[in-house]
Amino acid sequence: MRNTIPVAVLAGAALFASVPARAQGKLNVVTTTEDLASIAREVGGDHITVESIAKGFQDPHFVEAKPSFILKLQKADVLIAVGRELEIGWLPPLIQQSRNARIQVGAQGYLDASLGATILEIPNGNITRAMGDVHPLGNPHYWMDPENGKRIGKEIADKLSELRSGDSAFFQQQLTSFTTRLDTAEKRWLAQMAPYKGTKMVTYHRSFPNFAERFGLDIVGYVEPRPGIPPTPQHTLDLINEMKRQNVKLVLVEPYFDMKTPMAIGRDTGAQVLVMPPSVGGTKDVPDYFKLFDSDINLLIDAIKKSGAK
Amino acid sequence: MTTWRARFFSTVVPTMLCLGLIAAAPARGQGLGGAGTVQQDSAQALRQDIDQLRREFDALKQQYGDRLTALEAKLAATEGAAAPAAPPPPGQPATAPVPAGAESGTAAPVYGASISNAKVFNPDMAVIGDFLGAAGTNKVQPDPFGPGTHPNALQLHESEAAFQAVVDPYARADFFISFGEEGVSVEEGFITLTSLPGGLLTKVGKMRAAFGKVNSLHNHVLPWADRPLVIGNLVGGEDGINDAGVSVARLIPNPWMFLEATGQVFRGDSGADPNGNPLFQTTRRSELSYVTHLRGYQDITDNANIDLGFSYSRGHNGLSNGNLADPGSLVTQLYGIDATYRWKPLQRSIYHSFVGRTEWIWSRRDQPTGLQSGAGMYVSGDYQVGRRWFTGVRLDRSAHANDASLVDTGGSFVITYWPSEFSQVRAQYRRTNYATGPSLVSSANELLFQFQFSIGAHGAHPF
Repeated sequence: MRNTIPVAVLAGAALFASVPARAQGKLNVVTTTEDLASIAREVGGDHITVESIAKGFQDPHFVEAKPSFILKLQKADVLIAVGRELEIGWLPPLIQQSRNARIQVGAQGYLDASLGATILEIPNGNITRAMGDVHPLGNPHYWMDPENGKRIGKEIADKLSELRSGDSAFFQQQLTSFTTRLDTAEKRWLAQMAPYKGTKMVTYHRSFPNFAERFGLDIVGYVEPRPGIPPTPQHTLDLINEMKRQNVKLVLVEPYFDMKTPMAIGRDTGAQVLVMPPSVGGTKDVPDYFKLFDSDINLLIDAIKKSGAK
Repeated sequence: MTTWRARFFSTVVPTMLCLGLIAAAPARGQGLGGAGTVQQDSAQALRQDIDQLRREFDALKQQYGDRLTALEAKLAATEGAAAPAAPPPPGQPATAPVPAGAESGTAAPVYGASISNAKVFNPDMAVIGDFLGAAGTNKVQPDPFGPGTHPNALQLHESEAAFQAVVDPYARADFFISFGEEGVSVEEGFITLTSLPGGLLTKVGKMRAAFGKVNSLHNHVLPWADRPLVIGNLVGGEDGINDAGVSVARLIPNPWMFLEATGQVFRGDSGADPNGNPLFQTTRRSELSYVTHLRGYQDITDNANIDLGFSYSRGHNGLSNGNLADPGSLVTQLYGIDATYRWKPLQRSIYHSFVGRTEWIWSRRDQPTGLQSGAGMYVSGDYQVGRRWFTGVRLDRSAHANDASLVDTGGSFVITYWPSEFSQVRAQYRRTNYATGPSLVSSANELLFQFQFSIGAHGAHPF
């Protein structure tokens, strides 16, 4: 008899597994990164509250699954993730422990923002970990292209409209405004970058392929020998030789990587070493998605001018 | 149905025809060696054969066509006016067709019928290898990594296979199968109900109990090659409290911190101490064991946080109380406190971190000779020096569960190197002073090595 009590409790609890609908208030949106938070803020306006788990200046691959994040997810109506396995090392246990049926993968409140985006570097053929921490579903740093920003915005607007059909017109109007402003800004950014098309550069991690493709930059190598593998002396040497051969004068470093190797490469090749945030919140100068491109493009142009590259 | 019929006539029938031709050809081939007339004759005969085959084929086609029509009519009659099922919209998982009979309950449903993309539902799989080596001598515990007398200078201590997937919209399942030197065992295998009301996170199956910190962790996420002395002496060693049962955890809402209460009920068995005395051993169905755990967590800053835990466990230890009227076994109670301080600067999180941890455990073990109250603890600090290098220290102290007057002490230095996220190499110097009798101490100095490597799905990083 004593043994049956926990089982009975469990069965009773399971009967109530269908969670009643929540009261209609502001939608509580939690995003994994600040980039998604910024876009969600543009689209959701004052009809939603937004909070991001990762900070823009930390490596989004290595976020700690802190219990304080469980509390955030427990109350979330929507969870927006970058997807493409960017968060695979930390998001699954958080979702699992959130005790929130709304945001489980596959539930209505879970949104993978990559679904409509253009994804680069989707590996072909046989991939192994000999290639490093390769993402089998393609490069997850896709938000670094304003075109993808619009697509993410649309995904979010559609999801918010689905959850709050009454506010659908508002979200679509916000989306139109966001898209229009982004279109205008993108034209300006493209014009700014036009003179520097084809500039060769090296980046630390593969964080910038979408950015490079949109603005016509030529990334010829990486400080990491393979994704997620720290620099090795031999690879650094090879990279320096390659940079000298191709006359590459620019090294881009994400704010969360160690500067020692990039600085050494800079000294040896005469290249400018530029810390360029790939995310909103990466530095104080990039509080939102528009400022991210404004700031990055200004930094980049300054560095290109200084390096005398092109 | 029409597509099936089209496929039948477009592939099956021509194949049959070709086979028929091939079968017919060798029979005619015998005559091909002769003169021109023979060749003409044989060509004519071949043509006749083909015509014959064609007629037979047409007849067959007619026959099968009629049978199919009859079959379709029959099916339509049984299904009534049911419309043909539309293909699932893209993005939705395909489901295996269930035979008509299954729906009415007259026949067993057929699951797992071959679906071209069925692999997408396979669980995430990974295998983690844990290779250990030891140098130095240890007279008290000859096996450096567990009970027993084998010296085990080198061993593939454990190969852990993990299978993890979502079961349905309400649950996920995790299996960890451990292949060790003694054989195969289910280290953990449980279902987690993720969406119960009232914020209850429920696990059912075999699992490592939430007693303290180290007991709940798998070998490969520990910062050491071994487990602390107190875990061996008082909490059932490497196997620890790891049993079949039910676990329910709930967050306690409060404005200050993350607070989680966990209650667990188990069958009542556990691992044993180095002398082979089990912590818990059940002799009757009613001798269940219980674990409760209260965890409080608070961010101090973005870079630092503190994690506190209080644990209590109670179970029967298998020792007889000698009472013939109530032949149940005696009880062991465990009390535990754990504290963890973590520091990790967000912007340089992949390069530097520090984890300071301590666990204090008190054991109250009823024995036929009386109550034994022993205590034990460890305190450890692990500092990440660079992206790939970690160093650590651990101090150990623990009484024996069955004789609290005997207290073992020890200490370790650890260096760990991570070639990548998926492998690590570790060296640990361990000195242990074993209490072998009243004021008798035997010391052991050992150098332990560990090689860990994982293949397969990318698992989550431990916190």
